[in-house]
Amino acid sequence: MDAEQYQSIEQQITPPTPYLKNVLKAFLIGGIICTIGHAITYFYIIFFDFTEKTSGNPTVATMVLIAAILTGLGLYRKLGQFAGAGSAVPVTGFSNAVVSAAIEGRTEGLVLGVGSNIFKLAGSVILFGVFSAFFVALIKLILVSVGVVEW
Amino acid sequence: MVIVFQSKPSILACGAVAGPLEKKSVFYSYFDSVVDDERWGQKTNEQGHSKMIQEACDIVMQKANIKNLDVDFFLSGDLVNQMTPTNFAAREIAVSFIGMFSACATSVSSVIVASLLTELGASQHAIAGASSQHNSVERQFRYPINYGGPKPATAQWTVTAAGYALIGKHNPKYPSIVAATVGKVIDYGQTDPLHMGGAMAPAAYDTITNHLKKRNQKITDYDLIMTGDLGKIGLKILKAMFAQTGTKQQELQLFRDAGAEFYGEDESFLAGASGAGCSAAVYYSYIDQQLKSGRYKKVLLVATGALLSPLSFQQGESIPCTAHAIEITIE
Repeated sequence: MDAEQYQSIEQQITPPTPYLKNVLKAFLIGGIICTIGHAITYFYIIFFDFTEKTSGNPTVATMVLIAAILTGLGLYRKLGQFAGAGSAVPVTGFSNAVVSAAIEGRTEGLVLGVGSNIFKLAGSVILFGVFSAFFVALIKLILVSVGVVEW
Repeated sequence: MVIVFQSKPSILACGAVAGPLEKKSVFYSYFDSVVDDERWGQKTNEQGHSKMIQEACDIVMQKANIKNLDVDFFLSGDLVNQMTPTNFAAREIAVSFIGMFSACATSVSSVIVASLLTELGASQHAIAGASSQHNSVERQFRYPINYGGPKPATAQWTVTAAGYALIGKHNPKYPSIVAATVGKVIDYGQTDPLHMGGAMAPAAYDTITNHLKKRNQKITDYDLIMTGDLGKIGLKILKAMFAQTGTKQQELQLFRDAGAEFYGEDESFLAGASGAGCSAAVYYSYIDQQLKSGRYKKVLLVATGALLSPLSFQQGESIPCTAHAIEITIE
């Protein structure tokens, strides 16, 4: 049996990725997470002195905290297995990536363990996030200066 | 390469220990000890891993009623970088030690070397086996334990378990190793590290067919051919490979896989169990006891191993795999 023959057998038996099911689950859970986020935004607007524009920061901080606690309790992992991108894409997923790496590095000490591993997974998100934000800002600056859009 | 052991070294005692999640295993009742703390009361996962190996070896020595001083060789391996859990356990056991790495196939490759040393007359008692501890292996090969990345249906769960066997001179009361096949490294270009069964099945196929051919045997000469950790999907692929080359459905029923059966039908473990401790803990508890009870007379144990590292995968290399087999009989 050669590699090509084998691959056809292997592909026949390996279950295909259920894309539609994954997308629906991600939509559902991702939507629920964002709805919770929105409820928290309203909470800060109604009960504290925040506006729609300024309530973003405390909302993100709260969501990150909740995800961090769920990660520590080992629950975010279980959510992620079900939700896929639905729990990975929101800011809670970023929190999970940072906190899970930090917990893992704890046994190697605070500096060499937690410090140098904390951004092991999230580091590339930060790098490419900042990088692409720079270019998006640059494009907007050009568009504003030629008068196509306003700030 | 097939080795025939004229002196038929015997498995004089076995020890298998497992972690808390392994209480869900269908083989649970065959394990000698199952702990509630996956770190075995130690500070780190890796120390717990080491402690687990020591405990399994202690059980082996207790059962055979021997002490460290009576053991000539310790042959063992695990999946952590540089195999420190095994090395540190060997420091405590304090006998002549060779660390062996065949990934998850170490459970059998270590027993092959122990049998050779016994056949040579260099060893009266050799402890051989392998182990894996979920947390310390996952963090090295994949993501942090609590990272919420979803795994596909083909992924397997690394077990926390250790299985060791005491290999000594032939004794008709015990299961004996009559032959072994040292596997080649087979690579069919599979690249998905979350589909190990698909990568390893060709290696198992190669080793089994070679063993049967060189030994001039048929599948039906065995009561059981058990692979190590192909998982549910990998086992199906292996059976499909044999079916395509004319093996009958009836004969295919003799094929089983320790990883596919380990956690039963529990779907949260996806395609089943994996890890060096998976095949070791099943072979050196359940299979040993089935042989002694007379349910099986002749079995072929084929441990499979994927010889990749996170680095090789990231560099775009395919996954080379191997499988080692031992033919065990009881009179």
